[in-house]
Amino acid sequence: MSKNLVIPIGPQHPSLKEPACFTITLEGEKVIEADIGIGYNHRGIEKSCESRNYYQALYIIERVCGICSHSHSTCYLSGVEKLAGVEIPRRAAFIRTIFGELERLHSHLLWLGVAGHEIGFDTLFMYTWRDRELVLDILAMLCGNRVNYGINTLGGVRRDLEPQHIDDIRRMCAKIEERNNYYVNLALSDATLAARLSGVGMLSKEDALKYGAVGPVLRASGVKSDTRRNDPYLIYPEIPFDVITYDSCDVFGRVVVRVLEINESIKIIRYCLDNMPDGDIIAKMPRKIPAGEVVSRYEAPRGEDVHFIKANGTDIPERVKVRAPSEANWHSMAHMLKGDYLADTPIIIAAIDPCYSCTDRAITLNNAAGSKRTDWEAIRKHGIEFYRNKGVDVSRILLPEKINY
Amino acid sequence: MKKKIPGAIIKTAFPTIFQKPATVGYPFEPLKIDDDYRGELTYDAEACIGCSMCMRDCPANAIEIINIGTKEDKKFKAIFHLDHCIYCGQCVDSCPKDALVMSNNIELASLDRNNLKVERE
Ligand code: SF4
Ligand code: SF4
Repeated sequence: MSKNLVIPIGPQHPSLKEPACFTITLEGEKVIEADIGIGYNHRGIEKSCESRNYYQALYIIERVCGICSHSHSTCYLSGVEKLAGVEIPRRAAFIRTIFGELERLHSHLLWLGVAGHEIGFDTLFMYTWRDRELVLDILAMLCGNRVNYGINTLGGVRRDLEPQHIDDIRRMCAKIEERNNYYVNLALSDATLAARLSGVGMLSKEDALKYGAVGPVLRASGVKSDTRRNDPYLIYPEIPFDVITYDSCDVFGRVVVRVLEINESIKIIRYCLDNMPDGDIIAKMPRKIPAGEVVSRYEAPRGEDVHFIKANGTDIPERVKVRAPSEANWHSMAHMLKGDYLADTPIIIAAIDPCYSCTDRAITLNNAAGSKRTDWEAIRKHGIEFYRNKGVDVSRILLPEKINY
Repeated sequence: MKKKIPGAIIKTAFPTIFQKPATVGYPFEPLKIDDDYRGELTYDAEACIGCSMCMRDCPANAIEIINIGTKEDKKFKAIFHLDHCIYCGQCVDSCPKDALVMSNNIELASLDRNNLKVERE
């Protein structure tokens, strides 16, 4: 019997431009085992929130992810506002919703391009990224930033929507809708796309639920689940929109769900623009947040985002825990890879729209047998020794004297 | 479902060859920056009262306000660490006297880190 081949994909550039290492065991061309190694991008975000006040932590949280920054900040803020017992003005809730949906638009367009690129369909990649610029231009006009919008603040939003902005958003929506209808048409009519993606990365409805998949991955397995509908926040209870599902359970289904969701987002933005009330955009917030614990949920473009916040009565949070949607999708992805061809791994990985840096966590095992705490110097020494054994001398790489932050 | 044909995108792709590029040749061509863009901070020393609210809320410790006058006759100076600043604008929101405003100047790159520490009076 021949020996199985083990191939490491990553840590550099494993289909997407973030580090992660997928150890794939092959039998012939087929994947029989997939092991996911993450943790290359750990930034200590949760910890840094615990040494900053609620305002400062907001900007850290906003930078958990470059694509769904608004999702994370809104999720965090709805928790903090709940603890403080503050209700944000209605107009602010409308503006937050508009930003949330604009974010979904550009995130899905970005993903569609990446998916095209992974299967060698770069024409699609060029077009969707060109169209995505229309959304980013609108975001830059509304809040001053293309990503990490900085629109949210404790108690509301920081910038108001001017009447001339509203016309620009409507024009953008019309253009994106026209383009997206073309993509929907393309997804359903192009034979190459269907042939490449159908039956790839299968995840049955039962497995999707078993592995706790979220977002478009779950919905493409035929499960009607969307936090905006299941546990509505902001003004979602009153917005009419459809939760898109598709039951092909493969990557093709994930494409269809996402392109159709773009149209739903446009519908939601239009509803918000039509029904936007006048009034304040920010409510008064106390600087010190009363002690308590809260869990908040938000439907980010990649799925359900969960934040846990523990306050201790000061102006600094005691604990902030982020469960980014990609983290929930890893487990189902390892399952999806099994049984498919090696050549399908990039698109299967890309199909959950993963975001590695959102996901990376450090774990300390207290009292685990043989565990000990190591300081920075000792880690460096260990690193130098580790690479010396592999024949590489890294001891000449100098560290900056002291970085004064 | 529709009849599936290969290469359905070609009808759109071909005419695009004759369209003008979607990208801008920056820095050789000017880039349009919105007026409300969050660029370099500007500081009005006259308006500043030295309350340090900006320093307290800055998530990146990128701003320092120091008194360069005497205890009685205060005069303030701002030090911006442009390399630490994340251009979030929280200092602008926190300032009670509107002494800080964000401009739309984004051309702040430098090859020397020391140039990124700027003082404004
Ligand atoms: S813009 Fe943000 S990071 Fe920069 S100085 Fe102001 S508060 Fe600090
Ligand atoms: S918040 Fe405004 S007034 Fe207060 S120290 Fe900073 S710049 Fe000066």
